[in-house]
Amino acid sequence: MADVQSKPFDASLLRRGTHKAPLSQFLMWLLPWFALLGFGMFASFLCFKYGLNQTGLDNRFAFGLWIFLDLAMIAFGAGAFFSGFLLYVLKRHELKELINSAVVMGFICYSGAIAVLVVDVGQPIRAWFTFYHPNVHSMLAEVTVCITCYLIVLLIEYIPIMLKHRKLKSIPQLLVFEFELHKLMVVFASIGTFLSFFHQGSLGGLYGVLYGRPFAYREGFAIWPSTFFLFILSAIAVGPSFLILMTTFVRKLTRKRLVGHVSYIFLARLSGWLLIVYVLAKSIDTLIWLNRTAPAVGFLGFDFYTQPEFGTWILFAEIALFGLLPGMMLISKKVHQSMPLMITAAILACVGVAINRYVMTIQTLALPTLPFEGFASYMPSWQEVGAFLSVLAYGVILFSLSYRYLSLYPREKELG
Amino acid sequence: MKTERIGNTRYGMAVDVDLCTGCGSCMVACAIENNTSVTPPEGGPNRGLTWMRVYRANNGKAYPDADTAYFPVMCQHCDHHTPCVMVCPQNAIDIDSENGIVSTIPQRCFGCRYCMTACPYHARYYDWWDPVWPKEMEKTLSPDVSPRMRGIVEKCNFCHGRWQRARAKAAANGEREIPPGEYVTACSECCPSGAITFGNILDEKSEVGKLVRSERAFRLMEDVGSSPKVYYLTSRQWVREMCDSLPGSGDEVTHG
Repeated sequence: MADVQSKPFDASLLRRGTHKAPLSQFLMWLLPWFALLGFGMFASFLCFKYGLNQTGLDNRFAFGLWIFLDLAMIAFGAGAFFSGFLLYVLKRHELKELINSAVVMGFICYSGAIAVLVVDVGQPIRAWFTFYHPNVHSMLAEVTVCITCYLIVLLIEYIPIMLKHRKLKSIPQLLVFEFELHKLMVVFASIGTFLSFFHQGSLGGLYGVLYGRPFAYREGFAIWPSTFFLFILSAIAVGPSFLILMTTFVRKLTRKRLVGHVSYIFLARLSGWLLIVYVLAKSIDTLIWLNRTAPAVGFLGFDFYTQPEFGTWILFAEIALFGLLPGMMLISKKVHQSMPLMITAAILACVGVAINRYVMTIQTLALPTLPFEGFASYMPSWQEVGAFLSVLAYGVILFSLSYRYLSLYPREKELG
Repeated sequence: MKTERIGNTRYGMAVDVDLCTGCGSCMVACAIENNTSVTPPEGGPNRGLTWMRVYRANNGKAYPDADTAYFPVMCQHCDHHTPCVMVCPQNAIDIDSENGIVSTIPQRCFGCRYCMTACPYHARYYDWWDPVWPKEMEKTLSPDVSPRMRGIVEKCNFCHGRWQRARAKAAANGEREIPPGEYVTACSECCPSGAITFGNILDEKSEVGKLVRSERAFRLMEDVGSSPKVYYLTSRQWVREMCDSLPGSGDEVTHG
């Protein structure tokens, strides 16, 4: 996608005034991703045809790589709803130049996560039963409803971006539709924010309510365990960091300035402060859990960390090294002036939240609960890895196509 | 999510760990009674479809002080905030308010496996393969129990097919309640050492009622608060101490 001066073959479809790579070069860039997509789809096909015996999962490790990565991906995708909320509801116009890319990223993260979940369940054709026979007490029912509704909202938010394409804009009816839709965007952004807040929270609640798993179980407020709130907080903290990373990645790839530095600073500061608040809340929650929740059911908190694979180092890494440190970095003015430092901090923040999701999903299941059973281990199969890689490939392909043909970065032309 | 309780029947089990020899007959009886399909050899120990699993625990001492205890573990039919019932997104798991039996609706389950992560007893099993039996074994299938399809979660339901038969028989005799002893599970019926006793635990006069109230009785992970209806009995101090201690303090060896 390198910048070249010659007119690409598909120039009539490109945004006016922007320079894009020749079509052949663009297709060459897409080719390996299509290959990866094909590989992943084959892996998914095996899971559909032969069942989940194709995975490394078992009766002890009922959730594995897919759920962990889904949770992480959805946290990263929080940049979409949170940016929408800040822009349309709180009128923070610094995000105007980023919102389109954030929506596309959010759409990719959410739709990708749903695609993986379809492979992950044993009888996907019965997934609609959750709407027909919902268990209102189940966090997973809440997750399913919110994720489905939010994906629809994301799609609605994606439509105006597509309708801004120069070919579609030439159709007057679509132009009017896009204009009217844009006026309603504050409504969709608010609905999206509400749904996504609930959805992120329910994902946290998914493990927090498991009182049979004292490692995961947390006390909370009303019907929600503390993880409900911590997941929301961590997602909105890491979402802007992920946006910094993705925008930088696209900038490096296209060798273009896509957004002003002010936007990066705004995102960094936002991510940093939220991360600090999250780390504080997480630390309080951990102390309550170690000193009250776990002892109430016969565990001394640090007993959970006797396995070398999951020693106290992981707690330290999650809270201090990949939580507090990037939080402090992201609010530092010195870091704001140095892109490499800002990117390092954003990477640390994303890794921190990924560790949190890993701990909640994988460590919870690895630890024994019965007195006469041992520590469980799990290794994902190539089919699991392949199915997930196909989502990555799908994301890259969709983002590349959106970048090429749609206006993801409105200031691209100006900053060129 | 509170469990509604109607009537004076709560089916439960008492497993005498001191009597259990770990022979695995209960597992075989369970599999035959409930049409549990045969797991292919590549399934390994953690993908077996066994509604019952016998765990072995050692006291960690050398001969002559070495001692072993066997724990047949099946669904504990938790009575309070039943972990699996609470989390199932589409109400595919149900606790019968009249007798406390926790059962799964296989046709409604979509195999999300959330219940498996919620269950602290690892008593729920996923159908990793299509249900198949060696040709000759198909003749032994019970006509009262539907085989389950691939991609769902199943577990012990206290031989629900037997409960239905007993209830039908009681109804035919004009009785509203199933008479004591008319309904027993396959595992308790076939245990050669008589280690498993099944019945209404609310009935203090019944054998199981007396056993669960004895000083020897305890429940696994009682502190968690799910109020399981399967009790274990032992007079051996190290077994009690192990069960009161932290997870992973025993030496796990399992059948199945």
